[in-house]
This record gives sequence, structure tokens and C-alpha cells, in this order.
Amino acid sequence: MTTRDAGPALRADNRSILARLVVVAAAMFAFGYALVPFYEKICQVTGLRDIDRPAEVRNTQVDASRNVRIELDANTRGLPWTFRPLVATIDVHPGALTQVDFEIVNPTDRPVTGQAIPSYLPRNASEYFRKLDCFCFSTQTLQAGERRRMPVVFVLDPELPADVPVVTLSYTFFEVEGGPSARAASGRDNGSAARGS
Amino acid sequence: MSSIPHDHAAGGHEHEHAHYPGGIMRWITTTNHKDIGTMYLWFSFTMFLVGGVMALTIRAELFQPGLQVVHPEFFNQLTSLHGLIMVFGAIMPAAVGFANWMIPMLIGAPDMAFARMNNWSFWLLPPAGIMLVGSLFVPGGAVSAGWTLYPPLTIQNGMGMDLAIFAIHIMGASSIMGSINIITTILNLRAPGMTLMKMPLFCWTWLITAYLLIAVMPVLAGAVTMLLTDRHFGTSFFNAAGGGDPVLFQHIFWFFGHPEVYIIIMPAFGIISEIIPVYSRKPLFGYASMVYAVAGIAILSFIVWAHHMFTVGMPTAGLLFYMYATMLIAVPTGVKVFNWLATMWRGAITFETPMLFALGFLFLFTLGGFTGLVLAIMPVDIQIHDTYYVVAHFHYVMVAGSLFAFFGGVYHWIPKWTGTMYSEKLGRIHFWLSLVFFNVAFFPQHFLGLAGMPRRIPDYATQFTDWNMVSSIGAFGFGISQFVFLWAVIKCIRGDGAKAPAKPWEGATTLEWTLPSPAPYHTFETPPVVK
Repeated sequence: MTTRDAGPALRADNRSILARLVVVAAAMFAFGYALVPFYEKICQVTGLRDIDRPAEVRNTQVDASRNVRIELDANTRGLPWTFRPLVATIDVHPGALTQVDFEIVNPTDRPVTGQAIPSYLPRNASEYFRKLDCFCFSTQTLQAGERRRMPVVFVLDPELPADVPVVTLSYTFFEVEGGPSARAASGRDNGSAARGS
Repeated sequence: MSSIPHDHAAGGHEHEHAHYPGGIMRWITTTNHKDIGTMYLWFSFTMFLVGGVMALTIRAELFQPGLQVVHPEFFNQLTSLHGLIMVFGAIMPAAVGFANWMIPMLIGAPDMAFARMNNWSFWLLPPAGIMLVGSLFVPGGAVSAGWTLYPPLTIQNGMGMDLAIFAIHIMGASSIMGSINIITTILNLRAPGMTLMKMPLFCWTWLITAYLLIAVMPVLAGAVTMLLTDRHFGTSFFNAAGGGDPVLFQHIFWFFGHPEVYIIIMPAFGIISEIIPVYSRKPLFGYASMVYAVAGIAILSFIVWAHHMFTVGMPTAGLLFYMYATMLIAVPTGVKVFNWLATMWRGAITFETPMLFALGFLFLFTLGGFTGLVLAIMPVDIQIHDTYYVVAHFHYVMVAGSLFAFFGGVYHWIPKWTGTMYSEKLGRIHFWLSLVFFNVAFFPQHFLGLAGMPRRIPDYATQFTDWNMVSSIGAFGFGISQFVFLWAVIKCIRGDGAKAPAKPWEGATTLEWTLPSPAPYHTFETPPVVK
């Protein structure tokens, strides 16, 4: 209707604008995906997500004047392991080097790979909680029936504000799909239903 | 700007009888920009009522503390769908409806550049709307994580989320097709003599909006596609367990979401820029600066997205950058507001309904802009993030901003669309009821937010009760007032009113008023010449 008396020149001109704009739209779709590696890089450069790297401890002065209670918490999600801390709470002096242990058991008859992600309460405690060694720095692969005891070595920064008497350190183990042993795992949502290896 | 139609004899003439199939097939097969514009506007109004019923259910639940009306899970579905439906189903299609009706007539074009594609871009919308509303009835219910669709919740939602994802894909495709059409029409089909800088401002704001849509709708499509593959195909873009990051979604979403805010408001800017000069009987003050201001807002909109994420975690330098960049947007926006004021300055103003809505827009949109500035202050935002203050802010710019401008636009152009003058009395009743009840509904939400009431909750602490009751009363009043609008529009369509002359507004200068009222089915088949 529109181009009823439109010449072929106008028609071609319209089509060329159409083609160019479709290319722009397709490029922007790709740009959305390009933001993924871009974001990874930004996080790497700024150190926003360095949760899998040992912290540096600058001040080793132990603040014996106060105790901070550390509560330990362990969870799994979509993963058939039993995972627990060997002690539920521990009192530490800020600045003192402390080790706590966790235990994981793989009760299934197949090897499973998992990755632990830490979180803290209160949330801003994370910047004072310096882990020198942690099983969460790498993935853990447990053979069928294996039981493993794993340490976390940490120093609580003496700069921790005095109004924080309790810090909760909570780990959640997630299954790493496509890990060395995950081929037998059937899927994320029913990861506990093992189909055997 | 005046025109000399009929200056050469070739082709059909203006008053040629319209040929189209009767009944429903006329609407399904139509490629006429006026028919398609009408369908867009009715679709939008229908979705506005659907989203409005959801809003009133939300307000009924919030009338008093405790749970009375709906279950919390359903409440979350209502807040999520209300947002999605109002943004993608009501406001955006209404803007496209105005574009379809008015852009060809404003620039002296016979129709849109790709008339068949225009038909497709409309008919994609009803299936998408049905999917969104229908998702309430599937097992697990509709998406319940908010209209922003943040993972991890949206990765855990049921199949209602998949329907929402597909609906967004379809609506996105529709918007992109519509935008391509608008850009091509504006660039290629202007009447002889209609240079870009002579175009009515509504065409300019839509031209820039269309470019924004083409730039960001595909990014949203990518984001929801990533959600879809995370949900069903084992990818881990946002899944922490697989090395993904839910915060990444927020960055991608708001890279779309912030330009989207301007996609919603800029066509409204255009309508206001058409209305105010007509009823002030003065040309628009600072036309060129208006064009540059819109372009400036569009460019800035790409670099401010993380101001929606101040509490998510970001280096301080990032927080400061996004704070200052956001505040910078107040400059071109201020240019526009002052230009509108200067247009009215010493004008011979009359207060017909379109002008009333334009003035309501001007006051309330500016108020919403000010609360936006408050929210842009990062340390303040950390306090009031996700509170009712934010809810009040964006309803001031979306309802009193975009919606009021659209109401004004309908009253301004409905004599041209239907050939019948609207009832000034009904228009005024509609305006004053809307204005009062809008403020009763949303102004108290500022207080609630500052007092700490979080958004998206079905129950609240008792100290928030009084203002919530006031807000709910206002919301119901606002909702019911819209039937006055519906009545006024239906009266015009049925021809119940004074017959509209070709140019019912004394101060009107744009090309559409050179056509008879109602506008013939085919217009400007012979392009007018603009001096």
C-alpha cells in the first residue's frame, strides 16, 4: 500500500536501511553475550571475585584483649555428600592463626567433584576474614565412599570492628558438572539420584 | 509548516474510497498504518486494564498488615507480572500506536515504509500478552522474581518463567521490527521540503527511541536466552555452582534496562512537545536544543546502568562514576523542562484536556525526576534501595510521565482519528480524578520508603499501616477513573459529540491538521510540499 507509487529506487533504499538495522540488532545480540567474557575480565583485573586465592596477612599482632566467636556452617546443594565442621563454634583472638577442620563423605558408589563457595555473616566480615589455606580454593573430587578431612587456616584481621562479636563462616558445596567424574551424574536438579558409574 | 496537497495529478487522490475486507479480516490482514495504530492502542489499553487489576489486587492486599486477599507466592507473581505487562504490554505498545498513527501524517508520508512488516509486528503482541497472562495458570504459576527477572530465583521458577522468556523474545522481536519501520519511514518517506530539523519533535523523539530499541532489545533477548539455557541446557552464565555469577545478569539486564527507561519516556516527551506549543499558541521554544537534549539523554543512558546496582557490590570508583554520570542526565532533562516552560511563557494559553494532561505531566514528571536525583546519590540510595521510595519514584515518571502524556496525546488527536470532538467535560473529570488519585496513591509511598518499607512484600510492620491505606484508596480511585477515559473515547468512536473540523485547535501547525477529520483511510498519497 505504502510504496504503491514508490519507485524502485526508494524501495531499494528502504531495503538497504532494513538490512543495516538488522545487522545492528544482530550485533547487539552478540554484544550481550560478549559482556560475559568482558565481565570476567573486569572482575579479574579489579579482583572483585577473588574468593579462590589465599589472602595476604600484613599485621600479625594478636589482639588478646577480645574474643570473637566463629560459627561454622556447612551445606550442600544438589550434591550427595555429607559435609560438616568438626567443631560448630570456636573462639579466637583477632590476629591469631587458627585452623578449623571440615569433613566430607561421599556415600555414593561413584566419584563426584564439588566446589565449595564461602559466605559470611555479617556480610562485611568477609574483608576481615583472611583465609591462608582453604579447601574452597580448588575443586574436590571424592572417590566412591571416600571420607576426607579438610582444613581452613585463617587469621581474623585485628581491624575487625569491635561491634562484631560473632562471625559466621558458611560453606556450600556445589557439584561441578563435567568434572573428571561427573559424566555419570544425570543432571543438576536430581544430582543425588546416582545412576552408577 | 503548511502544505500544498494535490499539486500533481498522478496516482490516486486523497478522498479515494478505502478498500479493505469487512469484519475481522480487515484487522488481521490490514497493512494500513491507521488501522495498525488503532490496534496497538487498543491492545495497550487492554493490557493496561489487565496490569491495573493486578496492581489493585496488590493494593488490596497491602491495605492493612497481615495476609487477607492473596497468598504471598501469588502476590509475588502479581508484582512481577504487573511490571512486565505495564512496561512491555501497555506503555511500549501505546507509544508504537502513536507512532503508527501520527508519524506518517506528521511527515507527510502515505504509510509506514514496510507496511506488511508493520502488520506482523502488531500481531506478534497478542500471543505474547496471552503467554504472559496465561503463565498465571501453569503449574508453579507465573514468574515471581520481580519484573527484573534476577537469577538465582528465575533459574528456580517453574515453567511460568519459560513462558515469560518467550513472551519477552516475541515482544522484543515486535519492538525491533516496529523500530526498523519507524526509522526507515522517517529517513526515507518525508515529504519534499520536510528536512530532519523541520520535523515535528514527536518524530525526533521516536527516531532516537527507535535507535535505542534496536540497540538494547537484542541485549535483553540475549540475557533471557542465557537464563533459558541456564535453566534447561546446562549452561552456567548465572549459576554460581557452575562458575557463573548472578550479578552478571544484573549488569546485562540494566544495560538494557536503563535505556529502556528512556524508551518509555521519550515518546511521551515528543507528545508533550506537540501539545504545549498548540495550546500556548507559540512555536516550541528551543527546537534544536530539544533535539540535542533527547540525543544527549539517549547517549548518556548507555553509561549509567549500574546505578540500579549500588548495593550489589562494586569498587568505589565505579560507584562514584555511575553516581556522577546519572546526575549528568539531569542537565539535558532540565533543558527540556525549561524549554517547555519557556514555550508557555507569555503564550495565549487555553486549558483544554490535552493541555491539562501536559501540565500534569510537567509537574509530576519533574517531581519524579527530582526523586530520581535523590536516588542517584549513592549513599542515600544504599539506604532506600528496594524501598517504596523507589516504587514512588518510577511510578511518578511512568504513570504521571508516560501515561499522562499518552492520555494528553489521545485527547489531542482523537478529533483527527474519529472525526468527533471528545467531551471536554469528561476529559476534565478524567484529568482531575487521575491527578488527585494518582497523588493520593503514590505520594504517600515516598514516606513509606523513607520510613523503610521494602517493596515486593505482601505483609508489613504495623507502623506502615496508615499510609498504605491512603495509598490503596488512591490506587482504587485512580483505577476506576480510567473508565471515564474509556467512556470518553467510546463516545468519540460512536460519533457522539460535536463534529470535529479539520483543524480543531487554533494553535495547531503540523501537517495532520491539513487533512480532513476523520483522517481518510489513505492520506498523503501525493506528498505535500513543505515550505
